[in-house]
Amino acid sequence: MIVRTRPADCHTNLFMSGARGFGGRGNSMRYSGLRVITEGLFGNKGWTPAWRDPAPKAEYDVVIIGGGGHGLSTAYYLARNHGITNVAVLEKGHLGSGNIGRNTTIVRANYFLPGNSEFYSHSLKLWEGLEAELNYNVMHSQRGLINLFHSDGQRDAFVRRGNAMINQGDDAVLLDQEGVREHLPYLDFEQTRFPIYGGLLHPRGGTARHDAVAWGYARGADRRGVDLIQNCEVTGIDIQGGVVRGVQTTRGAIRAKKVGIIVAGRSSQVAAMAGMRLPVESHVLQAFVTEGLKPVIDHVISFGMGHFYISQSDKGGLVFGGDLDFYASYAARGNLPMVEHVMEAGMTLMPMIGRAKVLRSWGGIMDMTPDGSPVIDKTHVEGLFIDCGWNYGGFKAVPASGWSMAHLMATGESHEVARKFRLERFATGHLLDEEGTGSQHNLH
Amino acid sequence: MLILECPYCGVKADETELSPGYEAHLKRFGPGSTDEEFEAYMFARKNPKGVHFERWRHAYGCGKWFLAARCTATLEVFGTYPAQVSEPPPDIIAKIRARRPDWSGYK
Ligand SMILES: Cc1cc2nc3c(=O)[nH]c(=O)nc-3n(C[C@H](O)[C@H](O)[C@H](O)COP(=O)(O)OP(=O)(O)OC[C@H]3O[C@@H](n4cnc5c(N)ncnc54)[C@H](O)[C@@H]3O)c2cc1C
Ligand SMILES: [Zn+2]
Repeated sequence: MIVRTRPADCHTNLFMSGARGFGGRGNSMRYSGLRVITEGLFGNKGWTPAWRDPAPKAEYDVVIIGGGGHGLSTAYYLARNHGITNVAVLEKGHLGSGNIGRNTTIVRANYFLPGNSEFYSHSLKLWEGLEAELNYNVMHSQRGLINLFHSDGQRDAFVRRGNAMINQGDDAVLLDQEGVREHLPYLDFEQTRFPIYGGLLHPRGGTARHDAVAWGYARGADRRGVDLIQNCEVTGIDIQGGVVRGVQTTRGAIRAKKVGIIVAGRSSQVAAMAGMRLPVESHVLQAFVTEGLKPVIDHVISFGMGHFYISQSDKGGLVFGGDLDFYASYAARGNLPMVEHVMEAGMTLMPMIGRAKVLRSWGGIMDMTPDGSPVIDKTHVEGLFIDCGWNYGGFKAVPASGWSMAHLMATGESHEVARKFRLERFATGHLLDEEGTGSQHNLH
Repeated sequence: MLILECPYCGVKADETELSPGYEAHLKRFGPGSTDEEFEAYMFARKNPKGVHFERWRHAYGCGKWFLAARCTATLEVFGTYPAQVSEPPPDIIAKIRARRPDWSGYK
């Protein structure tokens, strides 16, 4: 296998090939299939940028630090749900340059603990209406997610999880070995280390096009008046008498009545600007994509025991990954032992992929919390809010996180689906350890 | 490949032979401390982008816990030292200062 390192997007999109965005004349142009065809006939000359490139104003009602998926969806829902449009999103690089453009795009609502369950359920419902909502092709594909199990004990745990999912109103189907064979005949069922007993099928689980989600929310927010300001790094947070006043940036000072910190792997640094020390440690997670192949893997498959998961992108690449590198890192590249481990696990599970060539591997910096669950909360500073701790599950959370963070910033109250995502749980001991792996950042 | 020298047995071990712990030199709070102190000790992490002091275990070697100073941005290793100290030894600090003149210190 050949491995080269480069952050990558692993899908193509009819609507996006090569371009960073694509839009109508002015801010009101809707996208449609008809428009794609007509533009195609006339040399694609009618497209205009999907969002403006404004200079920062001196003051906003709300400043969002971080133009990743969560920052952009928060800005969008502030405008859409709460009519707050005097908003700026400040991004140190370009929109979508962080984890939102580096993840392996799994979207699911198969959580188990009260607190997580209702949140991800809400998020999946938002996903299901997202393309119509944003008038943007995010390529949400509910191809079904299968989590494999390999022992009687694990089966019991999955039965319990499946029942929790059904109680939450989502879908879960328990498959025995024959049931898994019908969907995934190419697995090595008799492998000696982890023979496959069955799987939990989550039919509404699937994938989406990662950066299209960022672009769709960006365009939607821009059309509602939000200023998206790129190449603008926040270097300080201004606080007076316990109240936030604004931020210092590489493009000058910007005053704000409210500020949201939504910077994923950089959460600790930005929170430190407000004197906070977070329950977060940053770790690198790697991912891999092969050359494009004909359709061969129809589902998302998760092989937890081997630390391996895989799906096939619409372009044909096999997109797969495994675990963290396990030690604190801000280097957006990983080390070789985890590469080897992931490849071995893939070969154990489905030897048929052995001849596919790996084209690229890359890494993203994850904001790991000690219980593996996120934070959407106020801080000790009035007007300063934080949304962080997404570990490696924050892509599927993008809609509900933005929805809940916008609700919190607009009303001062936690949204009902995000009530358990408070910082105080670390003081009171009400941790949300979905996997039951213990309270260390690298265990989730 | 991350390689750390075990300060006990002197083996230069690559990461597959080691288990990572977490931030080193945390002050431990137990019974009698406030909730805030205990929470900070248990969960809050400095998480620097740069010089980081951390615990490692020579898991597939001599089995002992030791400490390492490492850069989380470049993965450069400044040095390792035994765990029976409450702050980084002066030679490690000197090495870091030489490599990172603007480093703000380990606290
Ligand atoms: C390899 C990999 C695979 C993953 N797979 C999945 C998956 O299958 N399913 C899933 O649900 N999740 C997955 N995730 C997790 C998911 O990608 C993240 O949890 C999520 O994207 C984080 O939120 P975000 O999109 O807002 O982050 P980001 O896109 O990282 O956004 C944060 C932004 O803040 C900006 N920023 C930082 N500091 C500053 C500053 N000082 N000033 C201004 N801007 C700043 C950054 O430049 C960045 O653009 C995966 C992650 C990785 C790396
Ligand atoms: Zn040793």
